[in-house]
Amino acid sequence: MTRIDALRAVYDRLEPCAVVTIMGAVAAELQSIGHRQNFFYLQHAMGLASSVGLGIALSRPSVPVVVLDGDGSVLMNLGGLTTLARYRPRNLLHVVFDNESLLSVGGFPTATSTGTNLAAIAAAAGIPRTAAVNDLEAFVTEFDDAQRARELTTIVAKVDAIGPAAFVTDLELLENRFQFQRHLQTR
Amino acid sequence: MPVSAANSAILFDALKDCGVRLMSALPETWLVHLIRMADDDPDVTLVRLAKEEEGVGISMGAHLAGVKSAMLMQNHGFLASVNGIVSGAQLFRVPLLMLISDRGSFGERDPWQTEGGAVTEPVLAALRIPVMRLDDPARVPQRIREAQTLADSSNRPVALLLTRDLMWEDA
Repeated sequence: MTRIDALRAVYDRLEPCAVVTIMGAVAAELQSIGHRQNFFYLQHAMGLASSVGLGIALSRPSVPVVVLDGDGSVLMNLGGLTTLARYRPRNLLHVVFDNESLLSVGGFPTATSTGTNLAAIAAAAGIPRTAAVNDLEAFVTEFDDAQRARELTTIVAKVDAIGPAAFVTDLELLENRFQFQRHLQTR
Repeated sequence: MPVSAANSAILFDALKDCGVRLMSALPETWLVHLIRMADDDPDVTLVRLAKEEEGVGISMGAHLAGVKSAMLMQNHGFLASVNGIVSGAQLFRVPLLMLISDRGSFGERDPWQTEGGAVTEPVLAALRIPVMRLDDPARVPQRIREAQTLADSSNRPVALLLTRDLMWEDA
């Protein structure tokens, strides 16, 4: 499964959600499918996308929040999984695209390439629903099940270590940030 | 416990009066009363962290969602948060109201606090974070209000140092 195919498969389902992505390939690929005002790309602050998602989810319980995370980022904030689990907002879906590498900086292998199991870590941290998927069909099924379950879920999706040719887009960081805030506060 | 419950209550009430409705925290001796007050108050969401840098992300999310927040931490927690502050809050121009217990300054008896105490203000200065020391309880409400006003108008982090004079009763 490629990450961009996974993003395409759930793109329409993101419309009613507040979406927070990590930097690099995830942000560039989601923008390439089509930027929307409800997408916030956390370009940097590695590891904190799930924390930003938690802050939104706790502040706006009626808004479904989707975090599009990655293995390298999650590994930088494993403690954050325990905080997610502690407050387990029902409106938060945490997707981790695991390509077993730090692709954006040259493809160096992360610990998930040598056996670290992020879905098991999430479950052991206390995340009430977790899933590990390897193909597109299973990913979409788990995504839909999670949205229906209305319970904090972490889905770890194994994806190929390929990404876009470039990571910088023509959307300014602050343009995105203020647009997202305005969108979130007027809905 | 010689941590001042009365001054902790002044701090907590001042934060609430400013509209703060979410507080993130990691336990630290000087903050015990403040954290308990946040936990007991149904109008405040307390988020207990594993590491303080998470609090930067949580406050960013809360701000984008329209909720005022504050971070309660020790100065070592501030030092542990620096990347998030720079590449999160500063890069994306998000106000942060940081209340930092100023351990390791004059009067500190714990050897392990002393290095952090010596570098806290220089690091704040290097990050261009406006800082004010809270030492007089009578001025706490005004200074918290002014700190939040500057954070909101500048869309940047601000820091208030909780000093020994304010937090410790037998100093």
